Amino acid sequence: MSLAPDLRAAIEAAKHHHGGPRPAMLEALRMIQQDHGWVSDAHLEEAAALLGVTTAEMEDVATFYSLIFRRPVGEKVILLCDGASCWLNGGDAVRDAVMARLGIGFGETTADGKYTLVNICCVGGCDHAPAAVIGRDRKLVGPLTADDLEGLLGEDAR
Amino acid sequence: MTDKPLTGRARPDRRPHTLEEWRDLGGYEAVERGLRELSPERVLDMVDEARLNGRGGAGFPAARKWRFMPKPGEAPGDGPNYFIVNGDEMEPGAFKDRILLEALPHQLIEGAILAAYATHSTEIIVLIRDAYRDAIRNVSRAIEEAEAAGYLGRDVLGSGVDVRMWVHPSAGRYIVGEETALIEALEGKRAVPRKRPPFPAQSGLWGRPTTVNNVETVSCVSHIVANGSNWFQGLSRTQEGGTKVFAVSGRVHAPQVIEAPMGTTAAELIEMSGGVSGNGVLRCFQPGGGASGFLEPDALEVPLDFGHVRAAGSMFGTGTLIVLDETACPVGVIARHMAFYARESCGWCTPCRDGLPWAAKIMADIEAGAGHLSDLDILRMTVQVGGPRGRAFCDLMGGAMSPLGTGLDRFGALFEQHISDKCCPVARDHGRAAA
Ligand SMILES: Cc1cc2nc3c(=O)[nH]c(=O)nc-3n(C[C@H](O)[C@H](O)[C@H](O)COP(=O)(O)O)c2cc1C
Ligand code: SF4
Ligand code: FES
Repeated sequence: MSLAPDLRAAIEAAKHHHGGPRPAMLEALRMIQQDHGWVSDAHLEEAAALLGVTTAEMEDVATFYSLIFRRPVGEKVILLCDGASCWLNGGDAVRDAVMARLGIGFGETTADGKYTLVNICCVGGCDHAPAAVIGRDRKLVGPLTADDLEGLLGEDAR
Repeated sequence: MTDKPLTGRARPDRRPHTLEEWRDLGGYEAVERGLRELSPERVLDMVDEARLNGRGGAGFPAARKWRFMPKPGEAPGDGPNYFIVNGDEMEPGAFKDRILLEALPHQLIEGAILAAYATHSTEIIVLIRDAYRDAIRNVSRAIEEAEAAGYLGRDVLGSGVDVRMWVHPSAGRYIVGEETALIEALEGKRAVPRKRPPFPAQSGLWGRPTTVNNVETVSCVSHIVANGSNWFQGLSRTQEGGTKVFAVSGRVHAPQVIEAPMGTTAAELIEMSGGVSGNGVLRCFQPGGGASGFLEPDALEVPLDFGHVRAAGSMFGTGTLIVLDETACPVGVIARHMAFYARESCGWCTPCRDGLPWAAKIMADIEAGAGHLSDLDILRMTVQVGGPRGRAFCDLMGGAMSPLGTGLDRFGALFEQHISDKCCPVARDHGRAAA
């Protein structure tokens, strides 16, 4: 499936924002991901063509930045903090509980396609440790506890 | 005059002010005064006299960095000077810039306009990490408002200067916060640090003179221009000017952001954060985020600023404390840090790309009770090779070696006990990572 016309137009426009097509690559990747959740090879190639850069240049950038997803992800991506301040407040137990509840490890997506779990550090929510951010708006949740994941998973916590 | 100039106006729910609301609180008066009545040189001198040190980690005097920026026509070639605000904040334990970005975007814009004026910059870029979506939105909106009000854009306040400002949302990777890697990122490349010299003030973004400052550093500037250098210097208890937006996390009852005079002690900050949690007895703390060396209770009364913390054997860094009580294991904390730094290595130079994953693996083994005494020699060698002023290409690895090196020095016996007892003795005696 190719990119929607308005997204194509936005990517073309990004070329003229700041410094030409190169800086526009990350902007394009972000826009594609915001709409589709991740960046497929086909979309990456299409965006590269729109910007007039090579697919290799686009890949170069897309593979460096860890929050550009090059594989399909679930409806909601959970970025779970594995930093020291979270660990000091029971982060390991929360991690284990989330993994047990969802039945997946880091880097994996639930079979129903609802959640992808990724470890990250630090989410800048050490005052809410153990913390995570979730969804395309990167909503901060915490402090999480192993026996109450409702703040993170809503109804799916039960 | 409030004793919390930077955070005093933040709303509890962090809802940002509209430009009108901000002006009602005295906002943009400093910008009007600065651009209408003061020369760029005078603004720079005021920041110099205020003794504003950079809040992004190294504590470099802001004014000294700004003086390297050439005046219009002085730099060879055509093009603008760039002023970049660093809002990448990803250091473990750091969450101080978040409130300044989310709740106080106009304060940041005011500071950025004045800093751009002093550095002859006409393009301002704010890089903000991906996870701070509210910050990205709030700063972007505030920029639009400031443009509409004539504080940004063409011929700002009749000064004849055009100033543009925009937000660059990042997409992960801690190394983007390193200033030359950040410049690469803005040019649309992989964020691998550049060789220095040339320094960014000589050749930065697209080869143009560039200054990079931390969000908190920039947020101080309008207050200095509004209230004077002496006032700013007087906010501090030490020779380094201003208040500091500290943050305290880890084993404290009420982890939080605290704006307090530069030179406030860890004892006071921990007390303000509800005191030590766990068993209530402090074992150690990192005074400046994950990349700062451990200090012990004898350092509780050290005035926290760049000079004093350095003299005490650590680094003030981001000014964000990570606290460990006696039931928390520093070996475990170091293991988390090594895993983080290893994951975030940009991969450019060998000591870091290969050394950090090795150190992380050894730390994980030791923590799990599967370590060997000879591992400690390997860790010490890694600290020697990659530590401060070591052989790595940038400070990511040097920073990572601070907690490891000071941890080995201060808690050597604890490392050895993990190895001899084949388990974490702290977890065994107190329960694992219980808060
Ligand atoms: C690996 C690494 C990550 C960094 N991350 C940040 C960051 O997120 N924010 C920041 O302001 N400075 C960061 N710095 C420091 C910057 O390189 C730079 O010194 C700083 O932005 C300058 O601002 P200041 O002079 O106002 O402190 C980092 C440095 C290194 C080596
Ligand atoms: S020290 Fe690490 S982050 Fe810095 S250049 Fe080398 S590999 Fe990259
Ligand atoms: S260490 Fe987890 S949010 Fe900071």
